[in-house]
Amino acid sequence: MKKLLIKNARVLSPADGIDEKLDVLICDGRIEKIDKKLSAEESIDMSGKIVCPGFVDMHVHLREPGYEEKETIYTGTKAAMYGGFTAVACMANTSPVADNRATVEFIINQNEKAGFVRLFPIGSVTKGQKGEELAEIADIYAAGAAAISDDGKCIMSAEIMRRALEYNRMFPSPLIVHAEDLVLSRSGQINEGLVSTLLGLKGMPREAEDVIIARDLELMKYVSSRIHFAHLSTRRGVELVREARKQGLPVSAEVTPHHLLLTDTAVKTFDTNTKVNPPLRTLEDIEALCEGLRDGTVEVIASDHAPHTFEDKDCEYIFAPFGISGIETLVPLMLDRIVAKGVISLPEFINKISVNPARILNIPFGHIQPGQEANLTVLDLEVSGTIRVDRFHSKGHNSPFDGWNYKGRAVYSVIAGKLNKLD
Amino acid sequence: MEKSLHDIENLTRDDLELILATSEQFREISERRVKKVPTLRGKTICLFFIENSTRTRISFELAAKRMSADLINFSASTSSLQKGESLTDTVKTIMAMGVDLFVIRHSAPGSSRRVEQVAGVPVINAGDGPHAHPTQALLDLFTIYRHKKKIEGLKVAIIGDIYHSRVARSNIFSLTRMGAEVVLCGPPTLIPREIEKLGVQVTYSVDEACKMADVIMCLRMQLERQQSGMFPSMREYIQLYRIDEKRVSLAKDDVIIMHPGPMNRGVEIIPEIAYHHRSVIEEQVTNGVATRMALFYLLLGRGNEETAD
Repeated sequence: MKKLLIKNARVLSPADGIDEKLDVLICDGRIEKIDKKLSAEESIDMSGKIVCPGFVDMHVHLREPGYEEKETIYTGTKAAMYGGFTAVACMANTSPVADNRATVEFIINQNEKAGFVRLFPIGSVTKGQKGEELAEIADIYAAGAAAISDDGKCIMSAEIMRRALEYNRMFPSPLIVHAEDLVLSRSGQINEGLVSTLLGLKGMPREAEDVIIARDLELMKYVSSRIHFAHLSTRRGVELVREARKQGLPVSAEVTPHHLLLTDTAVKTFDTNTKVNPPLRTLEDIEALCEGLRDGTVEVIASDHAPHTFEDKDCEYIFAPFGISGIETLVPLMLDRIVAKGVISLPEFINKISVNPARILNIPFGHIQPGQEANLTVLDLEVSGTIRVDRFHSKGHNSPFDGWNYKGRAVYSVIAGKLNKLD
Repeated sequence: MEKSLHDIENLTRDDLELILATSEQFREISERRVKKVPTLRGKTICLFFIENSTRTRISFELAAKRMSADLINFSASTSSLQKGESLTDTVKTIMAMGVDLFVIRHSAPGSSRRVEQVAGVPVINAGDGPHAHPTQALLDLFTIYRHKKKIEGLKVAIIGDIYHSRVARSNIFSLTRMGAEVVLCGPPTLIPREIEKLGVQVTYSVDEACKMADVIMCLRMQLERQQSGMFPSMREYIQLYRIDEKRVSLAKDDVIIMHPGPMNRGVEIIPEIAYHHRSVIEEQVTNGVATRMALFYLLLGRGNEETAD
């Protein structure tokens, strides 16, 4: 029996009502006991650190199969681990698309070989993510998918969306929506507004996002289904989700760090690392997203980790692909600029990065309880540092946060009982 | 002034006044019998055109030759550049042969900044998609100044497809910074979002725009825009926005008529107005050479006199 004892840490598990200095004893990969003054042969002193339920990033792109030059399951999950995560859910826009059992099983197998974090694939909603015919959704779930999504693309046919929502009622997971009216946003590069006007770049109006959120809420209500909205970026989007939740509809939503911290003015340098979809919006949107985090409308913070190669981004702005490599910067950025700045408290942050995504995906994370698999993230709020893309474990160095300073990050994690030092 | 000219947004009023004064000096050179000075002897300028252009390119070429610079011409289509060598690698290759200044035209906004990042030498933006066309705005400013002896307080009407126009964007900055009153006019679908935040007025009525104007600046209507559904038909556009005698008669008596070229005669302007005595369209072209010589001098020539002799 392999035992590991974490001593003298502040154990903070909002879902279990725990917030005090305790020891955690881990035995054979499971949490055995949480109590004061425990002892064991092997122990590690974690005074001054905070032990949290393992962090879950429910929105990442790992690029494998098909785009291994951008990222592999090995490099992406290693980056996730070093970013402080114990589990990730990866989107289906690979090549081939994860619209079938074989691809979903392949992804799971690749992760078993990599072995850094727990991985939950998300299957696609439609075949080839074309938005035309439903994929074999039951088979995808049976293969181990945690949810379904056509993320990266929007299902433009309201009829297909209605049927997908309806069909998904058989399963406990939500349909994850990438809300973007592709006709309204066509060939858009950045948020439509003063900055797009100044730079002469085609704009993507916020309304492209809002009209799909409004449409899908109506469809969801009609067929009594569930939705999780990926990467909310607009003020009106937050309002629509808030109104729906007030009516008691089973809808949840996430926000990314870059939509909380950057506006479209960052594009004025024409740095292709600022090109992301949905695009960076405005201060007014950031304020609404923060208010959504505060009042619980936005339940999840996720990275939308979208790695690209140097060559992909080393080009004219209009030719660059969308995406930010974000899995290694989420935790330090949010601790420094959202938690320390008082937008949300630390327990609220843990809810949004562990408890809520685990609940939404129906995965056994988000708690620190005896008997559970030991998946923990350990924070040190006092350690300072600077984000350096050349130190990323991800293949994708495409981050607009290079050189940003932070205070607070994940310093250890425990994944299935195994202790990892993160530096 | 910064070491490159990417857009007008980053120029101060002092910079603009310096460019106007310098352009005046270089215009005089173009009127001499021997139109050549040795200012840029031993300097190499690369004209890097990834988008078609006739007048802008010839204007830069003449300006460089009149200042005794050596010239390289590099042209490619955007698509061929995209398929083959990247912009970065192309610029690196040219740089390896020794270039002192790049003039770049490209359909992608921000390209001149990319070239500067890679090349590390001064870059003049000769038009980057709908973003900016600073040398056009400067030659326009120079032309207006030569006629009106001031910019402050003038009413300048810019008429046509504002949405796709780099000329309009750059002129808005130079004119407002110098104190002119700028009125933009076009159909609502061709007025970009929030542009009034730049301190300009917007009207959909061309009569309103022309009324008491000191300057009427027509923009080229690109025929392919109609296909993108931005307006219903060229016929309707012409009815609403073409500049003719009646509209010019609403302006001040000493109004000047401008057009950056190339013109679609009969679309945005009737030929009678294009060749009217109030039209300064050809003079814009003449002034373009002087303004570009002035910019070459300011970015590359100052300090070169000693080393050249």
